[in-house]
Amino acid sequence: MSTDITLSTRLRALAGYRATWPLLALAAIFIVDGFISPGFYDIRIVEGRLFGSVIDIFYRAMPTAIVALGMAVVIGTKGIDLSVGSVVAICGAVIAWRIHEGDSHFVILFLALGTGLLCGLWNGFLVAVLNIQPIIATLILMVSGRGIGLLVNQFYGGTDPSFESALLQGLSVGHIWLIPTRLIVGVGVFIALWFLIRRTALGLFIEAVGGNTSAANLAGVNARLIIFSAYLIAGLCAGIAGVILTADTHTSDPVSVALYIELDAILAVVIGGGSLAGGRIYLGMTVIGALIIQALTTSILISGLPPEYNLVVKAVVVLFVLLLQSQNARNAVWGLFSWRKS
Amino acid sequence: MEDTSIPRIEMSGITKLFPGVKALQNVDLCIYPGEVHALLGENGAGKSTLIKIMTGALPTDEGKIRLDGQAIVLNSTVDAQKLGISTVYQEVNLIPAMSVAKNMTLQRQPTRFGLINWAAARNLARKRLKQLSLDIDLERPVGSYSIAIQQLVAIARALEDNTKVLVLDEPTASLDAGETNALFEVIRDLKSRGIAIVFITHFLDQVYEISDRITVLRNGQLVGTSMAKDLPRLDLIKQMIGRELEQAEGQLTKRSTDNLGEPVIVAKGLGCKRVIEPFDLNIRAGEVVGLAGLLGSGRTETAKLIFGALPSDSGTLTMNGEVVTNNSPRQSLGRDIAFCPEDRKEEGLVGELSIRENIILSLQAKNGWLKQLSYDEQERLADEMIKALAIATPDMDKPVNQLSGGNQQKVVLARALVSDPKLLILDEPTRGIDVGAHAEIVMLIRRLCSQGMALLVASSELDEIVAVSDRVAVLRDHKQIGEIAGDEVTREKIIGMIASG
Ligand SMILES: Nc1ncnc2c1ncn2[C@@H]1O[C@H](COP(=O)(O)OP(=O)(O)OP(=O)(O)O)[C@@H](O)[C@H]1O
Ligand SMILES: [Mg+2]
Repeated sequence: MSTDITLSTRLRALAGYRATWPLLALAAIFIVDGFISPGFYDIRIVEGRLFGSVIDIFYRAMPTAIVALGMAVVIGTKGIDLSVGSVVAICGAVIAWRIHEGDSHFVILFLALGTGLLCGLWNGFLVAVLNIQPIIATLILMVSGRGIGLLVNQFYGGTDPSFESALLQGLSVGHIWLIPTRLIVGVGVFIALWFLIRRTALGLFIEAVGGNTSAANLAGVNARLIIFSAYLIAGLCAGIAGVILTADTHTSDPVSVALYIELDAILAVVIGGGSLAGGRIYLGMTVIGALIIQALTTSILISGLPPEYNLVVKAVVVLFVLLLQSQNARNAVWGLFSWRKS
Repeated sequence: MEDTSIPRIEMSGITKLFPGVKALQNVDLCIYPGEVHALLGENGAGKSTLIKIMTGALPTDEGKIRLDGQAIVLNSTVDAQKLGISTVYQEVNLIPAMSVAKNMTLQRQPTRFGLINWAAARNLARKRLKQLSLDIDLERPVGSYSIAIQQLVAIARALEDNTKVLVLDEPTASLDAGETNALFEVIRDLKSRGIAIVFITHFLDQVYEISDRITVLRNGQLVGTSMAKDLPRLDLIKQMIGRELEQAEGQLTKRSTDNLGEPVIVAKGLGCKRVIEPFDLNIRAGEVVGLAGLLGSGRTETAKLIFGALPSDSGTLTMNGEVVTNNSPRQSLGRDIAFCPEDRKEEGLVGELSIRENIILSLQAKNGWLKQLSYDEQERLADEMIKALAIATPDMDKPVNQLSGGNQQKVVLARALVSDPKLLILDEPTRGIDVGAHAEIVMLIRRLCSQGMALLVASSELDEIVAVSDRVAVLRDHKQIGEIAGDEVTREKIIGMIASG
């Protein structure tokens, strides 16, 4: 009897634990994939690089994951950055332009990241200094960013600018030993950000500002600077994703590159347990969120369902994960079962 | 109120568990029509939890509630309101950006043809505010008023016409004597109309002034219910804290003010238009200066101006001999000044962060973001404060908003103390803190002052000001009207100054 009770209370505690449902969801998707696609778990070595569906999910999820990490930091301050997709587009245009001008590719890498930072600076200025609401402030760059990218292309007459760059493409589609480089980049971004957030007091300050700005200010935290830095981080992350995505197609295509990536990034943060009300940053869970989103897309592709189903299925699964995370919804389901029993 | 009548509301065998905490164990509470029932106990004893269960804000794990003899089940506060149970919770739950009128009609709007009848709503709001003799602008956002006014608005909102039970959780915590009297008038009137009233407070004078019966809780358990007139004050305290209270404040002797240290701050003509008129104030090391005045007299504003939380537009401020320009909380903190705001929910705590994180926040901000305090160090500091201020919690990593109100207040204080200030500015420092802890905090602060810390206290409780201050600046209508020191610091003198100017 008593073991029964402890088991059920343990289960309930586990159900309330933040990481439980996203991890279960990811596992479930992988298991279903194993059934619908024989050889899903196979990992082969082709041309000195690991290949396979699982690797592919990680590979494709990386840009979103990197953008989502920056988004998680911004959301932690109770903000949001809608402009990340446009930042990717601008970075791509800058890369193509400078390659056209014949700069050193190493310098171009830093120029692209600098462009991301600059965009972050702009957003941070609007939000932290001018006190414009984040959703409006970042909407400005979201709407104009792709246009800026096109202007950069036109500026030197690049109507359909494509380029070759061993360095940048190496970072995007290349591999080191057996591992795709972008996985290494993603892990690097994660570790760097984790140290910045958890091994300095920045994380605490961001969470304090996001949780209660006036209290944080009165406690001596420079809320303005903290919010500013969050948008810088998001801009830099979008810049890194910009390098990977642009080098992947080796063209600058501002109109369609990274379309809706801001929505996927926000979704990844929320699936990972972050709240848009701010005040908490979960880096690890955000990456899990990005993996869930990509795993879903991949599963629909390999299942042979028409790709039109993609968005609908994605919406249903996401809704499900979010419902499971909600204490209220869980209680309601629990209540339904106990009502049936009695 | 004879014992033969049916209780208006009766709770029996109430048990409530939170993770790691037995908040209530088998508690009974019984309230008769026309009675004022005081619910007392230390911080974290379970008072708020009990009334949250009574008003449908929390489900109970075990136990029954009866209203007028009928068993009832409350699934939400709306259920309770429909049955005539109105509540003012400890943490004011108004919507800061909404106007006073809208806040007051949030729960039930007078309608006409299915639409909200705003004229009627405003009239109703005005009528209720008038009962508390509160004359404020109904269209201003409620958040722009002080915490005391917000509390009065919340009380006025609860005065529904169909109320059978009115529950007031520490309604007087930030009110001064005048407003408290106005509230008590209303309570007496409600009482004569047969309404049952539950009253939670840490002010024992008020308990004896207004209540008929007293129920005491300790550590989530019922100690007992007695008639107020049969329970002497010392016995009541003993029931609450389980031991005798050392008379801390009585032991304090007024010190002479000559052997004090260097001035920590000197304000000359410091002011801010439409907020507070220019004033002079200096505070020396080891000195305790009180700020006394009625609600809205500018106590909080004076404190905030000195801390840099409000910008000044005239005068100069000198800290440790240096003239300060562009004062800000951050700068002040760097100059070893700490501030406890009066409104712990809006300006004090970051509710989602843990107790530990809240306690070390200021010290960490002072150290800068690069020099993170190690986890061990954080744990040590938090643990020290939890012990020193007797913060009741099983675990320092719990979100701070799960603490009881008084314990949250202690966390705000702990944060200021941990930053090791040379000048500590406290605005309503003991709001909601129980008698035992109050005495201990006064002793602790006295000890720090004898080690050279300067203290500026703003409080609506004159007794507290008189008990701790070496010198008192008296304010009225956003203006400093005088300063008294030494033997002149008495309750009567301060009241006289406020009355005459
Ligand atoms: N939501 C919650 N989650 C976990 N523990 C809680 C929660 N709410 C209250 N508690 C715990 O229950 C106990 C009783 O709290 P309660 O708020 O009822 O105290 P109180 O008597 O009102 O104290 P105070 O005088 O400080 O207001 C405390 O130990 C508190 O930490
Ligand atoms: Mg309470």
